[in-house]
Amino acid sequence: MTRKALLGGTSAAILAVLAAGVGLADIRTGGELVINGEIAIVTETEPPEHLAGVFDTIYSGWVFRTDETRAMQADDFDNPGMLYVEQGIEAFNTAMGTEGNSCASCHENPESLAGVRATYPQWDEEHGEVQTVEMQILECQTERMGVAEPYGYDSQEMRNMVALIASVGRGQTVNVAMDGPASEAWELGREIYYTQYGQMELSCAQCHENNYGNLIRADHLSQGQVNGFPTYRLKNANIVSIHNRFRGCIRDTRGEPYAVGSPEFVALELYVASRGNGLTVEGPAVRN
Amino acid sequence: MAENVTPRVRVPRDATAGESVSVRTLISHPMESGQRRGSDGNVIPRSIINRFTCEFNGALVVDVEIHPGVSTNPYFQFDAVVNETGTFQFTWYDDDGSVYTDTADITVA
Repeated sequence: MTRKALLGGTSAAILAVLAAGVGLADIRTGGELVINGEIAIVTETEPPEHLAGVFDTIYSGWVFRTDETRAMQADDFDNPGMLYVEQGIEAFNTAMGTEGNSCASCHENPESLAGVRATYPQWDEEHGEVQTVEMQILECQTERMGVAEPYGYDSQEMRNMVALIASVGRGQTVNVAMDGPASEAWELGREIYYTQYGQMELSCAQCHENNYGNLIRADHLSQGQVNGFPTYRLKNANIVSIHNRFRGCIRDTRGEPYAVGSPEFVALELYVASRGNGLTVEGPAVRN
Repeated sequence: MAENVTPRVRVPRDATAGESVSVRTLISHPMESGQRRGSDGNVIPRSIINRFTCEFNGALVVDVEIHPGVSTNPYFQFDAVVNETGTFQFTWYDDDGSVYTDTADITVA
């Protein structure tokens, strides 16, 4: 082999690293998360078909966190997010609205909703739109329970309820449908994902696709998976919704975020959720 | 008056005599430090759990003085050596005078 060829080979290798740009060097992959010693969580797996060529492996945000934060999620007693789940259970069994019904009047127990979190957002034929778990709860409150003042989209009560619904679905494989009637919203979400926002001109992909594992200030960028939402964030000492996280990210680009609960964020949620097809529901996950 | 204050404890059900067991406790509480201001500009009054104790069959195991630096939902974990079957008695003291208690039984084989 000539010297030139050798050099060429080296620079090609460097380019390949730059192009991938992924710094998984100090991320400890291969860890195992089993919640309460019984619920096995898939923290890394093959990417869904539409991401073939983008990722070799998709990782739950859990992979990017410290040992201490990881451990908190492995036991419900140590997971502060479960405090909100408890409040959700209370609300689930409390009658609200003019019909005098509670969630339990129709759904019996939260466990009957175990399959919900893994398949939402999903197309709602009746309303002709893609619905998130939050929108489904609002639909129940306003159309079936006669609640005069339904939960705010990002209110504490709403997050508690979504956390409850996520918690009973932990371990279920995320499998949101992106085809059929949902495809339009999915395409919109995809477009938003790759659009550069704000003064910083940053798209979701520039951080979470091209640079996951690298440091952003003192923190590791994740792949931006949403399977762990609603997430207990240590910095907030509270659970945080997906749309709140989206809003925070766009704000950090110094852009003007879409509104929480807006069709744009619903579309983005659908698209981002579909990027995690194959991971498992973790909510309420613990993150920093 | 703090709302939604619920104590929780986790203690192994059984142990062997002289074994050191891990005791975990958590109480949901806002732990308002008294140093923050609300949106109206006024100081939000301090409201914290200021003391936590654990006794085993009447003997004091730990007695903790708590100050405003401790954050929301205080969590205490400690190890205790148990020599006999008995009951852990946990007590949390709130600024507002409320006292919250919980117990956990442990059987020594």
